[in-house]
Amino acid sequence: MSNIPADLKYTKSHEWIRVEADGTLTIGVTDHAQEALGDVVYLELPDAGRKIAANEACAVIESVKAASDIYAPVAGEVVESNQAAVDAPESVNADAYAAWLFKIKPDNASDLAGLLDAAGYEAVANA
Amino acid sequence: MPKQTPLHANHVAAAARMVDFAGWDMPVNYGSQIEEHHAVRRDAGMFDVSHMLALDLDGPDATSWLRGLLANDVAKLKQAGKALYSCMLNPDGGVIDDLIVYFFTPNSYRIVVNAGTADKDVAWMRQRIAATGANVTLNSRRDLAMIAVQGPNARAKTWQALPGSRAASEALTVFSAANAGDLMIARTGYTGEDGFELTLPAERAEAVWNALATAGVKPCGLGARDTLRLEAGMNLYGQDMDDSISPLDAGLAWTVDLKDETRDFVGKSALLANPAARKVLGLILEDKGVLRSHMAVFTANGEGETTSGSFSPSLEKSIAFARLPLDVEAGEQVEVDIRGRRLRARTVKLPFVRNGKALV
Repeated sequence: MSNIPADLKYTKSHEWIRVEADGTLTIGVTDHAQEALGDVVYLELPDAGRKIAANEACAVIESVKAASDIYAPVAGEVVESNQAAVDAPESVNADAYAAWLFKIKPDNASDLAGLLDAAGYEAVANA
Repeated sequence: MPKQTPLHANHVAAAARMVDFAGWDMPVNYGSQIEEHHAVRRDAGMFDVSHMLALDLDGPDATSWLRGLLANDVAKLKQAGKALYSCMLNPDGGVIDDLIVYFFTPNSYRIVVNAGTADKDVAWMRQRIAATGANVTLNSRRDLAMIAVQGPNARAKTWQALPGSRAASEALTVFSAANAGDLMIARTGYTGEDGFELTLPAERAEAVWNALATAGVKPCGLGARDTLRLEAGMNLYGQDMDDSISPLDAGLAWTVDLKDETRDFVGKSALLANPAARKVLGLILEDKGVLRSHMAVFTANGEGETTSGSFSPSLEKSIAFARLPLDVEAGEQVEVDIRGRRLRARTVKLPFVRNGKALV
């Protein structure tokens, strides 16, 4: 069984989102996603300052097996991407919730209402 | 329902990640594909390859019929147990399958074909037997299981697990096989490492698999099998060649034997009429990213295409096979289109890795 922390938000496309105290969102891929991908060997992350639309393919995660897009959970501006994860892509396999990928400042905080909670994502992951 | 090999329950019990491969429910990895890859390069790993099909060919016309069927020439096999890699071509010179044929006597051979092409292969062979009127019988051996044990310590660990196999297999040279009771031991593989491929009755597969595991041989899935064969420069049917590609354009000219001019084989006239138009070289990506199949390659002499690509765990770089214009040589700078971006790569001679050592 994959690990689905209760304090995070999720998307159907297997991203996790942590809402930080300052309102920015930290985004990564779920444990279920890393397990399905297998060994992660390459990450391509958006640069700080880039404006992204909701559901836009804005990053790429590649395992030995295949390349997958990572989608923006909501519209916003990228404030930071995780260079440590780019330098050590295997950290996503080791702990998918510690190896965050990028942070965005959402355009509208109200957009977060459309994200899944842990129970909602569990239903998606087990489908 | 996908088909199951005799070792299916072992894979499920080991919590392997299972995928449908050519209609078979097969393990892609048992945890980390990269760790499995390194186990084979550095120590010993084993693969369930029972989805592949062994066929026994017997009869007084076996040799002459195979000489007409295959692009490589079984006449060069003189020693019992000697193996030969060959393409089986259609009349247009396209590759129906690539296979290994083992010679036992001029009247007795074993052929091992790919899982995804097995039905097509058997239908074609039966059609050729009928068309030629050859006095041979062809038997599908779905009663057998196959386990590939690969790596620098594979032979020693096999002997530790199956002490009775040692006497029959200790003197085996590369690319030859021997029988030890109901076990066929071949010093062959698909990884670029030393090792054995064991063919045995299905009902003994589980006991042999468990004995190998106890001797320290790591179970490995199809994921590691793919990166190992890619590093070793070995083609994968359906990806690097198929019914529409000539072996001459798939880097397999070395398997087409034209020495005996009096020998005719299916596809020969098409090959003679259509000399090689492409060459296959390796690519090493110099920028960051991962090469995959069907990416466009831009060279000083025109465009080509990747046929297989992945991340190489041994080189820690991305590598690929590319079908390129004939004038492209090893050591050239090229560009590859990866999702709309042109990244830099370098052409190299295959293989990338052999016997644990990087060659590029």
